[in-house]
Amino acid sequence: MNKRHQTQAFALLVACTLFFAGSLWAGEWQGQAALENTGFARSGGADQDTQTASFMVEPEYYHAWDNHQQSLTFKAFYRYDSRDSERTHWDIRELTWLHASRNWEWRLGVRKVFWGVTESFHLVDIINQTDLVENLDGEAKLGQPMINLAWINDWGTLDFFLLTGFRERTFPGSEGRLRTGIAVDPDRAAYESGAEEQHLDGALRYQHSLGAWDLGVAHFHGTSREPLFKPAVTTEHGVMLQPYYPQIDQTSLDLQGTFGGWLLKLEGAYRTGFGDTDYAAMVAGFEYTFFDVRGSGLDIGVLAEYLYDERAENATQPFADDWFLGSRWAWNDTAGSELLFGVVFDPDNGGRFWNIEANRRLSDQLKVSLEMRNFSHTRTEELLHDFARDDHFRVNLAYYF
Amino acid sequence: MTYLMLTFCLFANPIDIDAAAAERGLAIAQTADERDQGFGDFSADLEMILTNRKGKQSVRQLRNRSLEQAEDGDKLLILFDNPADVKGTAFLAFTHRVGQDDQWLFLPALKRVKRISSSNKSGPFMGSEFAYEDLTSQEIEKYRYQYLGEEQIDGQSAFKIERYPTDANSGYTRQTVWYDQTHYRLLKIEFYDRKDSLLKTLTYHAYQQYLDKFWRADRMLMINHQTGKKTELVWRNYQFQTGLGERDFDQNSLKRAR
Repeated sequence: MNKRHQTQAFALLVACTLFFAGSLWAGEWQGQAALENTGFARSGGADQDTQTASFMVEPEYYHAWDNHQQSLTFKAFYRYDSRDSERTHWDIRELTWLHASRNWEWRLGVRKVFWGVTESFHLVDIINQTDLVENLDGEAKLGQPMINLAWINDWGTLDFFLLTGFRERTFPGSEGRLRTGIAVDPDRAAYESGAEEQHLDGALRYQHSLGAWDLGVAHFHGTSREPLFKPAVTTEHGVMLQPYYPQIDQTSLDLQGTFGGWLLKLEGAYRTGFGDTDYAAMVAGFEYTFFDVRGSGLDIGVLAEYLYDERAENATQPFADDWFLGSRWAWNDTAGSELLFGVVFDPDNGGRFWNIEANRRLSDQLKVSLEMRNFSHTRTEELLHDFARDDHFRVNLAYYF
Repeated sequence: MTYLMLTFCLFANPIDIDAAAAERGLAIAQTADERDQGFGDFSADLEMILTNRKGKQSVRQLRNRSLEQAEDGDKLLILFDNPADVKGTAFLAFTHRVGQDDQWLFLPALKRVKRISSSNKSGPFMGSEFAYEDLTSQEIEKYRYQYLGEEQIDGQSAFKIERYPTDANSGYTRQTVWYDQTHYRLLKIEFYDRKDSLLKTLTYHAYQQYLDKFWRADRMLMINHQTGKKTELVWRNYQFQTGLGERDFDQNSLKRAR
């Protein structure tokens, strides 16, 4: 049992204790269970299968008391994957005690926090570790243990975070798809800090809305959620990548202006301590929506964002000087039908990442989602080239309870 | 002289009537608005029953919280309970008498608070026959008015007025509105689309009085004449002056509202 599993086991023990303490029957349960099937256009670079089936369940418990000023939320997660043992995993997504008062809100426990405004890339969102085996888009997150105090004032909200315990990123295993050419060995994770995953990280965020503007300014100090990689020779699998988590500082800004159908968006970050050079990165763009087109109820949004990373070709993420163009369609029908499609492309070297997502409700409880991703025109020196054989189509059928 | 007076009257009269009708229409809307002032805050559960042309029904369940503002439009928080996939989604709006409203959406799967555009006036709310503009607070400044006369609606004497949306994004050219003469409660609204054809009729049923002052309809029925679809709103558990305050209508509370 490594330390990651120890943390999880401890969290589970706390959860069980709380439930058997008697509050179990007072609250309410909800959640979802889903079946997923993914088909790949070709076999993987290491001859991985062209098809994988998966099952997930995510039950959630909520109990509030003290006139909703206090609450307990528990959300567990489990996924089984037919091909990739690393994608078969479980997590405590949330186990939080909340106490809200007039000028402050305390949140203690494991939870998820989102920062940011852009759609193509979440640059400033740094509190939670990415659950990368879940989805390439980085929006699935592992639960982060923390003590969080929000101090609420007329002049804005100040959030203090003490992040107690680091979560290592999940990576697809050797049999998995959508992975780096050389697979990552998560059990060999190394740290800059001698405290390893016990290092106490901290963050501070100021958030305020003034008229048409929503502003966030934040600073993070601690273990980088994004790892660097070093090749390492293993006895079982030969050469594998070893994740290395340095100590970083990141200062960030997120800003949105809302004017009629226009949303103007900016995320910027400056990071030090990550690799050899300190660097700035930015995502900026807009979304414009044509509402109720010709009285049909259909909303059509047009999105454009520019992604910049000062490190250029040395960037550790694939979008250093790229454009995102996309469109969002919402039919506003009883089935809640939605479609989002777009492409991130590099005008210089031509690598393109296409993405189509669609979903609609089949009944009050059932929802079907489709996802198609395509990687084209990639060159061998590009990070995106690792996924060149991973064009895929994914169907997800979710039951909500 | 008589001739001159007659000429003067011929020209003057239509303008006078229009101005008087506009003034009277506005006065009725103002009286209705004044009679609903001072509620402070309220919460209520809402069930929306959507029926399509073939008679197939689907149900949405929401909870509504409203906070009155003395000098501006109300603040509004809506919690979605059904369909199950949107459970946990929450919507916050600061409506304004003049200018665009401020709106935020909380998406529970991502834990993301998203500022959204409030330009969507005419689009359907949750696939229903109610447009966004039918459900947001009905500020006096959002229309121009004209008094049309008196009519009987279901045995009640009613004022009949016409109102014209001032917002260019509105899906309507005009609405015909009936208020009962005793309590100035909305009884019926007819909505005319951008081509000035009758689009929808909304009727209010089973009014109840709260705190000896505030009237709320238990049921509202919207019928779309052009598609044959209808949506019924069933309001339950109305509670006034529950002690809700500004802090229950901010982005922090949006994240934790359940």
